Amino acid sequence: MTMNADLRRERAAATFQPLLLTHILDGGPERTRRRKEIEALVLNDPDFQHEDLNFLSRSQRYEQAIRKSSLMVMKLREYGIADPEEIFWFKSFVHRGRPEPLDLHLGMFLPTLLTQATPEQQDRFFMPAWNLEIIGTYAQTEMGHGTHLRGLETTATYDPSTQEFILNSPTVTSIKWWPGGLGKTSNHAIVLAQLYTQGQCKGLHAFIVPIRQLGTHEPLPGITVGDIGPKFGYDEMDNGYLKMDNFRIPRENMLMKYAQVEPDGTYVKPVSDKLTYGTMVFIRSLIVGDSARSLSRACTIAIRYSAVRHQSELKPGEPEPQILDYQTQQYKLFPLLATAYAFHFVGAYIKNTYHRISGDINEGDLSELPELHALTAGLKAFTSWTANAGIEECRMACGGHGYSRCSGIPDIYVTFTPSCTYEGENTVMMLQTARFLVKSYTQVSSGQQVTGMVSYLNDLSSQRIQPQHVAARTVTVRINDPASLVEAYKARAARLVEAAAKNLQAELNHRKSKEDAWNRTSVDLVRASEAHCHYVVVKLFAAKLSEVTNAAVRAVLTDLCLLYALFGISKNTGDFLQAGILTSAQVTQVNQHVKELLAVIRPNAVALVDSFDFHDVHLGSVLGRYDGNVYENMFEWAKTSPLNKTQVHESFHKHLKPMQAKL
Amino acid sequence: SVNPDLASERQTASFCVEKLTALLDGGAEQTRIRRAVVEAIQSDPVFSTENQYFQTQNERYEAAVRKAVHLQKKMHEMGWTENGPEYKYIYRALSGDVAFLLHRVFMRSISVLGSDKQIAKWIPLATQLRLIGSYAQTELGHGTYLQGLETTAVFDIATQEFILNTPKISAMKWWPGDMGRSATHTVVFAQLYIHGKCYGIHPFIVQIRSLEDHSLCPGITAGDIGPKMNFEAIDNGYLMLKNVRVPRENMLSKFCEVRPDGTYVRQGSQKINYFTMTTVRISLISDEVLTPLMKACTIAIRYSVVRRQSKLKPGEQEAKILDYQTQQEKLLPQLAAAYAFHFINNYLQELFDRGYREIQRKNFDMLPELHALSSGFKAVITHHSTAAVEICLRACGGHGYSLLSGLPSLYTKILASCIYEGENTILLLQTARFLIKCFMAASAGQPVPPSVTYLAAVKPGKCPAKNKSDFLSPHIYTEAYQHVALRLISSTAAKLQDLIQSGAKKYDAWNQCTVQLVQAAKAHCHYITVKNFAETVEKLETKAGIQRIMKHLCDLFALHGIFSNAGAFLHDGYVSAAQMDMVTASYLDLLAVIRKDAVPLVDAFDFTDKSLNSALGSYDGQVYQRLYEWAQKSPTNKMSPAYERYLKPLLHNTLSKL
Repeated sequence: MTMNADLRRERAAATFQPLLLTHILDGGPERTRRRKEIEALVLNDPDFQHEDLNFLSRSQRYEQAIRKSSLMVMKLREYGIADPEEIFWFKSFVHRGRPEPLDLHLGMFLPTLLTQATPEQQDRFFMPAWNLEIIGTYAQTEMGHGTHLRGLETTATYDPSTQEFILNSPTVTSIKWWPGGLGKTSNHAIVLAQLYTQGQCKGLHAFIVPIRQLGTHEPLPGITVGDIGPKFGYDEMDNGYLKMDNFRIPRENMLMKYAQVEPDGTYVKPVSDKLTYGTMVFIRSLIVGDSARSLSRACTIAIRYSAVRHQSELKPGEPEPQILDYQTQQYKLFPLLATAYAFHFVGAYIKNTYHRISGDINEGDLSELPELHALTAGLKAFTSWTANAGIEECRMACGGHGYSRCSGIPDIYVTFTPSCTYEGENTVMMLQTARFLVKSYTQVSSGQQVTGMVSYLNDLSSQRIQPQHVAARTVTVRINDPASLVEAYKARAARLVEAAAKNLQAELNHRKSKEDAWNRTSVDLVRASEAHCHYVVVKLFAAKLSEVTNAAVRAVLTDLCLLYALFGISKNTGDFLQAGILTSAQVTQVNQHVKELLAVIRPNAVALVDSFDFHDVHLGSVLGRYDGNVYENMFEWAKTSPLNKTQVHESFHKHLKPMQAKL
Repeated sequence: SVNPDLASERQTASFCVEKLTALLDGGAEQTRIRRAVVEAIQSDPVFSTENQYFQTQNERYEAAVRKAVHLQKKMHEMGWTENGPEYKYIYRALSGDVAFLLHRVFMRSISVLGSDKQIAKWIPLATQLRLIGSYAQTELGHGTYLQGLETTAVFDIATQEFILNTPKISAMKWWPGDMGRSATHTVVFAQLYIHGKCYGIHPFIVQIRSLEDHSLCPGITAGDIGPKMNFEAIDNGYLMLKNVRVPRENMLSKFCEVRPDGTYVRQGSQKINYFTMTTVRISLISDEVLTPLMKACTIAIRYSVVRRQSKLKPGEQEAKILDYQTQQEKLLPQLAAAYAFHFINNYLQELFDRGYREIQRKNFDMLPELHALSSGFKAVITHHSTAAVEICLRACGGHGYSLLSGLPSLYTKILASCIYEGENTILLLQTARFLIKCFMAASAGQPVPPSVTYLAAVKPGKCPAKNKSDFLSPHIYTEAYQHVALRLISSTAAKLQDLIQSGAKKYDAWNQCTVQLVQAAKAHCHYITVKNFAETVEKLETKAGIQRIMKHLCDLFALHGIFSNAGAFLHDGYVSAAQMDMVTASYLDLLAVIRKDAVPLVDAFDFTDKSLNSALGSYDGQVYQRLYEWAQKSPTNKMSPAYERYLKPLLHNTLSKL
């Protein structure tokens, strides 16, 4: 089929070459080439073809996923793909951006063995796991506790007489709940449990626990395991439960690279607990990247569809315009497009910083880790919240057809939305960042300098002689200059961090307990964290511009950067007005300029989503097809729906006909 | 037994829950009738929703048809009639999954748009379910913008028939409920052509399936449009017409008629037609929007007092998550909104009843106002409630993501309401058009409808609040809301005029101001909602603590709105920076006050456990036990073929043999 004429026109009118922007997103032309090479390997492989997943039941989707995962593991080795990023690409092309039952085996079980197992344990477990004789998962979350790890209730009690640990799920709430791949797939789990030895609780530790019989795959005696039932999304994942009753494992099954229990039960403490920070930072950086990608996919669908769909009239007597020509539609979509770009750059920044610092970790220099840890907690929350809402905006912008599963956006949403919860519930994450911000503020107040992203708090010391808010000094904001807008965001963050810190102090002065005071200030604290993260995002986006060499691409990215920053101001004018960073007249100008930018970006909108370079198969959307032939293909898609399997549905014979006969 | 953490919440209620329930129902007698209907339906196993989370689309559809058929019998048994007091509670008791809902719309459109003769012919057949009707308006290419529909109906004088066609793919009817598999007839909206001249959109009754064997009639292509985010039980369908002929008498002709010789006659006023559409927008608010919002609040708040996480004080038990300020800040404003919308819905219902009586007396004066209010409030209430349900979902953390929490289905269902019966942005722009018109009229000293008289009183000024408790005075915050609405409407009107005066075409100027216009329309609806809440509270009886707690909720609703839209209030200095700090302080104080009554406030919504169908939200709070039990029922816990087929070879390293 030929390309839809509207899309062809849109592409011809772009002021820049999308491929150049794709290179920037991928990290260079060579990365783009390699990504597409891997994509082709998967897409041209008949083993990875299957029916549209929208028409399959949950059990069938699980089955397809496990089939593909098995083949994927083999083929990865066959092709010699070993670079983590390349594995990630391969996996997401095979599973089209969806989770799969071996995710936890590949992403948690194997890496945990590598980092926390002794050489002896690696000998016993790693190769069988590598060869998939052992399939493992990571069982941390329980029914009663998630983000608050110290509250986990599973126990592992050391019995020196047999040199075994006795694992128990003492309450209903202690049942392990949610781990991916636990329900049906895994035969082993790394279980997090409270360690008891010599009558004392030593806190959470990790244990390798066999849960199913090798050979028959039946649960072992003392183990109750199963699937937790249907969810909003994650149909292909067997999130599971695990209950243990006096289940014994040998002493050697505790992961003992750091902490140890000696045969007589003596407990040996680990050297540093900061080491686990590294993994957390890494996973959160992945979520930031995922926020960017998921939002990009939704934007691609909504913007292409808005260029194809014509509706109503703008000028009397003229043909119906593309809905993308309506200001309200642009106002919904273009700020999200800008956000998607912003988050791409933030994700890349965190990943690079992590790699830089993790070099230091191996050499024992952990000095930058607390800040990075605090920053990624907040950015994980900030980007996933924003992307979550943004995906829904995109779906709504597609009207009724967005609601059909053929649009692909419902699937993107249900797959993405749990990232607001997993790997640290977002509000709790924001409060972690806030704790760091308040600590930094306190340091500055006591005359110390702070470094890194919070260094703007240092300006406080020069302000302290004056009684008013730190940010009340006038920032001369030039609304056409990204650098100047970074300053405005900086001032807002400073003012909100200060306000939260002062409110916290005021609560403490009311002789409240520390915890109470913290709780009574937590809404303020979350706002401060959000403002800090918002500042970081604007700053990183603005910083990216100078790295772009191609003038046309830099111009369009500058428009997006300005839109991102100005739209953020117009949505939070209260903060900027209240702190006196902007005057009302400036706010009016900002609002006006946002609308002007919408018109400026409009001709490049389709090219900007083309640059994300999602293959149709990966996008999984009839509305977002590259060729724009939407309506024909919606009809084709619907015809294959399960309700259409027979011309007359069986319900007619079962219910309708008998009823009509009786009347 | 009731979980002690939930039981203790109920002991300290500051008001009488039963009295509040009666207030919500509109009287104790209504409560009694509702409970009787719910009991009769929910004790009948055919109506069980127990397995709904585990069913496929085909199974859901079949269950819905079974229930619809059984409902006929049940109504007969119970002596319920469509005009009886029980009728409106049936849908609530069924919690959705029931087929033939569009059959009612089919009947209503014949009653409203059909001639007496047509009514006499079709309504008895439909009432006895000898045919199953649907309503085919939306097409693949067009939704809210009705003039753009492309289906054609050409009058053929020779045979006295209309020939219906789907001239291109985008003209295919798409989305109508009950049409994919069930319906035998439908009302098709098509462009009427006589002698080559187009007369615009008209309704035609078209038979699409055989009454004998249910096969498709000649010239008809129809089927199900495939899986959606929700409404698995409903067979939303597509319909393609190829030279389908219907007799001249099948055009619904109360207002417009085509005479045998091809003369087109318009009779009476089409305004009543217009009015039907606006009443539908209001009538959906109660069942489709408020009910899911109230259910979501019930589930999230009950769960939040059962779930304990982390410690607030060292050495103590872990705290209920509802004791965290951030959790209160997520949930309590949604609870307040549920009450605010309940009261504004009452206000709208009354207004529409009055409007209906006036229109029957051929007085159409109220129509523009009713139309503007129904559009704006439909948009604002559906948008706000959808966001609220999603907040409830996410506030339940991981367990909220399980279908067994009930929240995902509430969310996917309510969010459709933002689109059907008029896409929200377009509706807000219609309200804005009305507001701008009224503003211009008011500025010129002309009379305006009652709900917008404030537009005449431009009074620049400052908020008089001196301390945080002043912000608990309804007149202080109501004035602030009024001020903002007026400022946004007047500044947008001025902008429009500027653009036009500087040479822009009217439609261009309009499109350039649409973002502002939408904001103005929202501000207007928000203001009316706050004002109505405050006035309602004032009229409540002071007994049994009801008025006091409603006053708190009203304050919270109002202050939360100011807190979250601070910029709009600060913009022209009406509220100062210092006053905004007072708003925030007052708002946060209220959270702690309402926290104490949170559970009784959701108990008052009076949903049965079967209605909630949630492992997290049931009355007894046995959350974890129920979650564990329900998970066992999942089909995935029966033996899956995946192990033998894929896992076993994988684990045994024999994959290469596959």
